[in-house]
Amino acid sequence: MDVISEFFSEYDGLAAFRTTIYLTLLSAVLALLIGTVVAVMRVSPVRVLQLIGTAYVNIVRNTPLTLVIVFCNLGLFLQLGVSLANKDSNTFINDNNFRLAVLGLSVYHASFVAEAIRSGVNTVPLGQAEAARAIGLPFLKTLRYVVLPQAFRGAITPLGNVLIALTKNSTVASVIGVTEASAVMKVMIENRPDVLFVVFGIFAIGFVILTLPVGMLFTSMSKRLAVKR
Amino acid sequence: MSDSDTLTKTGLVALTGVNKHFGELHVLKDINLSIDQGEVVVVIGPSGSGKSTLCRAINRLEPIDSGSILLDGQPLPSEGKALARLRADVGMVFQSFNLFAHKTILQNVTLGPTKVRGKSKSEADERAKALLDRVGVGAQAAKYPAQLSGGQQQRVAIARALAMDPKVMLFDEPTSALDPEMIKEVLDVMVDLAGQSMTMVVVTHEMGFARRAANRVVFMADGQIVEEAEPEKFFTDPQTKRAQDFLSKILTH
Repeated sequence: MDVISEFFSEYDGLAAFRTTIYLTLLSAVLALLIGTVVAVMRVSPVRVLQLIGTAYVNIVRNTPLTLVIVFCNLGLFLQLGVSLANKDSNTFINDNNFRLAVLGLSVYHASFVAEAIRSGVNTVPLGQAEAARAIGLPFLKTLRYVVLPQAFRGAITPLGNVLIALTKNSTVASVIGVTEASAVMKVMIENRPDVLFVVFGIFAIGFVILTLPVGMLFTSMSKRLAVKR
Repeated sequence: MSDSDTLTKTGLVALTGVNKHFGELHVLKDINLSIDQGEVVVVIGPSGSGKSTLCRAINRLEPIDSGSILLDGQPLPSEGKALARLRADVGMVFQSFNLFAHKTILQNVTLGPTKVRGKSKSEADERAKALLDRVGVGAQAAKYPAQLSGGQQQRVAIARALAMDPKVMLFDEPTSALDPEMIKEVLDVMVDLAGQSMTMVVVTHEMGFARRAANRVVFMADGQIVEEAEPEKFFTDPQTKRAQDFLSKILTH
């Protein structure tokens, strides 16, 4: 099976998967931040914020990821001139594409994160927020100290699903030239169509190795951190 | 009703012409009620009479449609920071306890003092422990609410409210969700509070508590205050047909 050793030596498959991991982790953190803000807007008592939050979720969630990622490159960068890296750097194109991909992945998955957190908020009984308001906590402190800590625990399973989806969706970054795992896979398939199934197998296993522990971790966390009522 | 009219101007809590609807349902009909400093007012009445809504309106967990509610002479602010400040001065105890499920008993009591009053953690901890001892659950401080019995949880909820040094305490059916043997331990704490001249509004079905601790009984039916009297007078000699009816149904067993 020389194709397996080629994966490590000639194609530097590990570096490609490392890029996949970086894409995933950075996007996950940003998506969690944006998604939390959007979820808070949706549950806030301010009508305008609710509308903005709802519009964000409904527009972004229903737009194909490929479209979002391609827009980041063609629209934001080439058309509007938004660049996220140092133009004088000789790794500019790679850095910029990587960061635009992170931006697109974060913005896209934030809509799913927001919905996961909102479903978590719905697991928190109304009395919790009432009790918080009754001791004089204003809206944001009620969220921060009472509702959101419980909502996140109630949202662990759906958040895990979003993270797994994000890991696999990071392959779309290849369409704007980020050399993550699937980009390398395409090159390998072009060069070695004779062992097509082996190549597919290698990358499938690679993704399972990434996502399986995530699923297991989130399942165990959802049990361990569940709020006892 | 003439007694209450004269009190309206001076009370710590003063409701004037309060109306509230839930859709078509008129749950509070032109309520006038004044509660003096140190007074214990027990609100009784059949289910759906609006007594819980009345209690919740006093700290604006239920907004009202018309009329005015004054606390210490100040009208209730409509929303935002000013309302939060007012709520900090009004203790509330719920039927379903509503202890913060993800926080320990001690943290439940210290959250308000540290995050609303800006007290230091050590100061808040010390006060919280004293209050938990006072309501008899000091030994449970490190546990989580789900590990406590209903009676213990409700006493923690009382301690949590007291930690804010409220001007008035509202009790919304505090013993209705409790097993019979736990009702007494909660009522004992409330009687003790009443004895220390805490101003209290108590919505309850516990007639024994009303007799023992109340200065005044307010009887509500169909969203209206039908009768107000001292407990002894109310229970032995109710003036209205509606109150006589209600008492005959609950006191015959």
